[in-house]
Amino acid sequence: MSAVTVIFTLLFYVATAVLVIGLARKIFIYARTPQPLKIPTTPAPTTRLGVAARMLREVTVFESLFKSNKWTWLFGWIFHFCLLVELIWHLRYFTEPVLVFLPWLQWFINFTGYGMVLGLLGLWGRRFLVDRVRYISSPSDHLMLALLIAIGASGLVMKYLVHTDVVALKAFFLGLMTFQWQPLPADPVLLIHLTLVATLMIIFPVSKLLHAPGVFFSPTLNQVDNPREKRWVAGWSAKIDNTKTAGS
Amino acid sequence: MANFETPVLGEYQTIPEVHPDTMVNSKPFVAKPDIQAGVGFPGELAPGWENVAVKKLGDLVSQSRALQVFLDSCVKCGACTDKCHYYLGTSDPKNMPVARQDLLRSVYRRYYTFAGKFFPKLVGARDMTKDVLDEWYTYFHQCSQCRRCSVFCPYGIDTAEISMAARDVMDTVGLGQKYSNEIIGKVHKIGNNLGLPELALADTLAGLEEDVKDETGVDVKYPVDVNGAEVLVVTPSADFFAEPHIDGLIGYGKVFHQAGISWTLSSHASEAANFSMFIGSHDNLHRAAMRIREAALDLGVKRIVVGECGHAWRVAYSFWNTLIGPFDFLDQRYPIPQHICEFTYDLIQRGALTLDKSANDDRIVTFHDSCNVSRASRMGNTPGGQFMIPRAIIKASVNKFYDMAPETIHENTFCCGGGGGLLTDDLMELRVKGAQPRMQALKQVVDEYGVNHVAAICAICKSQFTKVLPYYKYPMDMVGSVHGLVSRAIQLGAKN
Repeated sequence: MSAVTVIFTLLFYVATAVLVIGLARKIFIYARTPQPLKIPTTPAPTTRLGVAARMLREVTVFESLFKSNKWTWLFGWIFHFCLLVELIWHLRYFTEPVLVFLPWLQWFINFTGYGMVLGLLGLWGRRFLVDRVRYISSPSDHLMLALLIAIGASGLVMKYLVHTDVVALKAFFLGLMTFQWQPLPADPVLLIHLTLVATLMIIFPVSKLLHAPGVFFSPTLNQVDNPREKRWVAGWSAKIDNTKTAGS
Repeated sequence: MANFETPVLGEYQTIPEVHPDTMVNSKPFVAKPDIQAGVGFPGELAPGWENVAVKKLGDLVSQSRALQVFLDSCVKCGACTDKCHYYLGTSDPKNMPVARQDLLRSVYRRYYTFAGKFFPKLVGARDMTKDVLDEWYTYFHQCSQCRRCSVFCPYGIDTAEISMAARDVMDTVGLGQKYSNEIIGKVHKIGNNLGLPELALADTLAGLEEDVKDETGVDVKYPVDVNGAEVLVVTPSADFFAEPHIDGLIGYGKVFHQAGISWTLSSHASEAANFSMFIGSHDNLHRAAMRIREAALDLGVKRIVVGECGHAWRVAYSFWNTLIGPFDFLDQRYPIPQHICEFTYDLIQRGALTLDKSANDDRIVTFHDSCNVSRASRMGNTPGGQFMIPRAIIKASVNKFYDMAPETIHENTFCCGGGGGLLTDDLMELRVKGAQPRMQALKQVVDEYGVNHVAAICAICKSQFTKVLPYYKYPMDMVGSVHGLVSRAIQLGAKN
């Protein structure tokens, strides 16, 4: 087996482990940390079902962002939607036979690579052109966009300019998953693409990409507005015992 | 009037360009050691305070899912950058919500995250130093904790939570704000923000009864410490003497009089406000709120009604059940607690009040939604009741009502500029500049509809407007209580 295959085999095991363990750890911390007071941003739903609907709107159509800023919403939504389609599309390298719904995405895939890069360029443009956004951007914010754009761009290059051996590539990933390692095509663009993706996976749990799991745990969004109807206690507020100090 | 320039109101609200450090010199007076002692905090910085601060920050984050998620999740998208009234009014970039959060996030990252420990420059992480602490003191006292940013954040990040945490950390190392901490100390000692003792309160209320009798010829009661009354009314102490707050209190009394429901104030719990929320101190929050539970039990009341006060309503509506519940000793058929607006609205709905709108015909009215009522609580049974109910009361009491622009009311409302423990003269420049977006929206309805009266349901808003309206060339008495309008319209005596 070639050095390239060995290196990338190891890299993807490490990246997957870091991503899965790191994210699981963070999700565990978010879930375990109590929220002692009721702080939903109101008007808020008064039922769990209503909260589920609010959350669904936030993560699918970015409702709050739409209220805030139409440009950021537009670029952000295009990027995230295209990324989602691309992620699902890439399952074809990990499933045999391919999932039944994957072919349905065939048409979208003609646009999503471009859409991703376009959305990201729009977001990056705001970091230079809008003085307020420029002020709040740190080096990591720029690097994150550069990384994502490079992933999208290298993918586009492979799709339209320098094709890679996708059959061998699929064999490589299926081999990773079944621990029956297969050679990886040593195409430079592919190796760049994969290196960047592995990098993204590794920094995910220690970066602002944590907004992905974080949004579901945000108390201002996920709490039910019913503090009068149902007494809420958690963490330090659960230790309060008023029966001792009052009513004597 | 002062050594700063009042913002000029234009045709419409504009988003200013970034001007760093314009408000770097704005900071409130620091609490002296005796004031700090009154709220259980050290009087001054002691050697090694940096470690204490970092540890406290870690403790707070580990005890709050909100902080945990908010500090990790911000992607610096910029959605909040033009939403804070203090940024819009001052153009100081550290008044952009994300930049304000980053003052604390940078320290959190340095000590508690992988990226901040090993790549501080890359992610903008900083050590806890005196300079950083001073910057916190400056800019976390330029946040009124109004939550407007949280409405627009795609992750619901609420800068109020972060500014409360920062103030808690500062208090813990001995750097407290005089205004808030002195007031909280007075509540612990005497029972209200003003330090108004029991006898003075009784005197004031007796005087009020005389005034109302003189004016209306009707014996409207303003009772205090009446055992066995049906309803305990807890209201901000400003209602007892400040203008225009007192007109609201007069209105509550008339509403109770007409409803024929016995009520009482309490000298033990003569304050609805709970400034402990502003400084993020859970112990003080609980301690101050406990007076209300104690008073309700002592007086044997069946219901608790809360007067016109924004953050007090947040504490009452959202936190009381948690902090001082369960309320199994109160009548479960009514909301616990109930807002005075819910109470009055209910009576209007049932036809129990006769309101003569023409009594307010000299007023063309608009309504200022207070932050904590709008974005941190509710009235009635449905989301948004906090917007509908006060307006319904106003519309039942006046003929001429006009709302300000939609992007400046309801959950989008702009803070008055004086909330969150900033209603102090040592922050006058901040208060005037922070009021600019609200004044801009007001100007539009003044110019368009001739509005000459702003109704509000918050003691802080009322005081703040009274002070800042003249800076914008509006009369100070342009602001009033919602129940001040009710008070003028209500027909006392037997219903015919």
